[in-house]
Amino acid sequence: MSAVLEADHLTRVFSRGLFNKVENVAVNDISLRVDDDNPSITVIAGESGSGKTTLASMLLGFMRPTRGEIRYRGRDIHSLKGDDWREFRRNVQPIFQDPFEVFNPVYRVDRILTQPAQLYGIADSEDEAHEMVEDALRQVGLRPAETLRRFPHQLSGGQRQRITVARAFLLKPKVIVADEPVSMIDASLRATVLESLRALKTELGISIIYITHDLTTAYQVGDSIYVLYRGSVVEAGNVENVVQQPSHPYTQLLMGSIPVPDPRVPWGDDLSPISSGDQRDVAVTGCAFAPRCPHAFDRCEDDPPHYRLDDDRAVKCFLYEDRPITDLESMLSKNTTSPI
Amino acid sequence: MTSANGEAVLKVNNLSVEYETPRGMLRAADGVSFELRPGQRFGLVGESGSGKTTTALALMRLTQLPGRIVDGEVLLDGVDLLGLSENEMREVRLAQISYVPQGAMNSLNPVIKVGNQIANGFKDHLDSISRSEISERIVEVLRSVGLDPAVSRMYPHELSGGMKQRVAIAIAVSLGPKVIIADEPTSALDVVVQREVMLTLRKLQEEIGAAVLIVGHDMGLMAQFASHVGVMYAGKLVEVGQVLDIFDDPFHPYTRALIASLPSTSRRHRLTGIPGLPPALLELPGGCSFNPRCDSVMEICRSADPSYDQIREGRWTSCHLYAEAAT
Repeated sequence: MSAVLEADHLTRVFSRGLFNKVENVAVNDISLRVDDDNPSITVIAGESGSGKTTLASMLLGFMRPTRGEIRYRGRDIHSLKGDDWREFRRNVQPIFQDPFEVFNPVYRVDRILTQPAQLYGIADSEDEAHEMVEDALRQVGLRPAETLRRFPHQLSGGQRQRITVARAFLLKPKVIVADEPVSMIDASLRATVLESLRALKTELGISIIYITHDLTTAYQVGDSIYVLYRGSVVEAGNVENVVQQPSHPYTQLLMGSIPVPDPRVPWGDDLSPISSGDQRDVAVTGCAFAPRCPHAFDRCEDDPPHYRLDDDRAVKCFLYEDRPITDLESMLSKNTTSPI
Repeated sequence: MTSANGEAVLKVNNLSVEYETPRGMLRAADGVSFELRPGQRFGLVGESGSGKTTTALALMRLTQLPGRIVDGEVLLDGVDLLGLSENEMREVRLAQISYVPQGAMNSLNPVIKVGNQIANGFKDHLDSISRSEISERIVEVLRSVGLDPAVSRMYPHELSGGMKQRVAIAIAVSLGPKVIIADEPTSALDVVVQREVMLTLRKLQEEIGAAVLIVGHDMGLMAQFASHVGVMYAGKLVEVGQVLDIFDDPFHPYTRALIASLPSTSRRHRLTGIPGLPPALLELPGGCSFNPRCDSVMEICRSADPSYDQIREGRWTSCHLYAEAAT
C-alpha cells in the first residue's frame, strides 16, 4: 500500500489588513490520502466558502499550505524540481469547473489535445499522438470527426467538459482533482460526464478527488466523502453511510436542501426556517456551524473534536460526545481500503 | 397547486423568435403557446439551446438583434404586449411583468447602492411617491425577501451570492407585478441557499398572487417549485401539464428521458444520459426534431412534424405516439 498523494494536516490561512490583521482559516487541519493500488473517488463536499477550492488548489500545487504538507510519492511537492516536478504535474491533473474558460479560444480541439500528448512525451510521433487523441475522444462519447476541427466556442458545455475528461484519459494521470466538474452543464448531460469520470477510475485505475456542493452526484460516483464546513471536515466516511444517514447537522441540512425530483417529496420542510445561510464573516468561537445549527447547545461554545461513529465515520459534533474521540489521521492508517 | 384559478393572466399564442445568422435564419422559439393563471408557477425546462431563455426574453420584449419576434401574441390581461409602443412597454415592465435574469446576482449595478437600485423602480413607475415613502418601501421589500434593511446602504460586492439574488427578487416584486419571469434564478447558488431563495420567491409570489414563469434545466427544482411544467426541445414546446401528472406519467419520450436521467439519493445506479446531443437549430432533422434520440421512434417521425395537441384536460404534447388520443 503506497500513497501517491497525501495531504498531511493541511491548513491554509488567508490574512488581510496591514496592521489589524484579520485571519480567515480557509482550510483547517485536513488530511487525506490517495493510494496507488486502490483507485477510488473521494468526494469533498461543501458550500462556497467551505474551503473546498482552496484545498483543491493546494493538492494541485497551485498554492502552498500555511501549515502541513502535501506529499507526492512520499516527497513534499514543493521540494520537487525539474523532472520530478513535471512527473507530479503530469500525474496529478485538474479538471476545472468552467469548461468555457479553460481552453485557449483560438486553438482547435485537435491542438488542445495533441499538445499535452506531445509536451509530456506520451506519443512518439505526430501520427501516434493523433491516434491517441481520437481514442480518448471516443472514450468520452465524442465523435473525433465531428469534434477535432472545431473551436471551443462551437461546442456545448457538456462537450467541452468531456474534452477535459478526454484530456485526462490521454495523459493517464494517477490522480485527478475535479473541482465542480458538472455544475455548469445541463442536468441531462451530467450523467454522461459522470459516467466518463467513473470509467477513468474503473478502466484506467485513476483516483479522483471530486469536489462538489451537490451530494446527489457525489452519491452516484463517490466511494468516500469529506463534508467541509468553513474549512473543517465536519463529517467523513463511506458515501453510502453518510448520504443515507447523515449525522452532522450540517450534512443533514445539505441533504434536506436537495430538490428531489419527485413532487410528492416535500422540500426539506423539516429544516430550520428560511435564511441563516447568508451570514458572512460572523466571528465564531467554538463550533463554526453552531450559529446555523438547530441543535446548538452550550457545549458548542467549544470547538468539537472528531468523534468516531462507526468503523469508518468521523463526526465533528458534540451530539456524539459519548463516542470515542478520533482524528482523521488515525482513521487513515486504520482503514486501508478507503482513503479514510 | 390548486391555488391557480380564474382566467389566464398571461396567454402566449404561437410565439416565434428568429435569429439571423450568417448561415441562415434560425428559429429559436417555434410556435410556442401556453397560459399562465394567477398563482401558477410554470416551469419551462429544456437543455441549453432549447429556446427557453429566448422565449422568456420575448415575453418581456427584450429580444435583441439579431433576434426578432416574427410571429405570435403575448396577451397580458388581454393586451397584446407585442403591439405596444416602446414607451408603453416600459410602463408595463416591472410594474406588471417583471424579470429576474439569469445570473441575476451579476445584473446589479456594482457602483450603485442596493437601496438606490430598488428605488429606481419606484421613481420610474410611481409619479407622486415621496422620498420618505420610497425609503419605507425599500425597507419593506428588503424585509420581505429576508434581508436586513441595512443592506440598502451596501454595494453589491458586499453581499453574498444568495443575498444578491434576494435583492434581484426584491426588485422584481417591488411593484407587485402580475407575472414574474425568473430565468435560472439559482443556477449559480449552493444547494442550501438555492432552497432558501426559492422558498422566498414562492412565499412572495403567493402573497402578491402573481404567476411565475421559471426557466431552468433542473427537473428536481421544477418538481419542488413548479405547479405546472412545460418541456421545450429544439425551440418547440413538446409537453405541458401539471407537475404531478408530468412526473407520474410523462407522455413525450424526451420528458421521460429527462426524468430518467436524474441522479437520485435513494439509490445508486448506472447513470444514463439522453443519448446523442440536442440538434443544431440550423440543421434540424426532418420530421420530429427529437427523432434521432428517441427510443420510441416510428417511421412517421422521420417525415412529419407532430402537431401540438391536447391529449387530456390540461395535458398537451406533440408526439406521434398520441396522435389518436388527441382531442
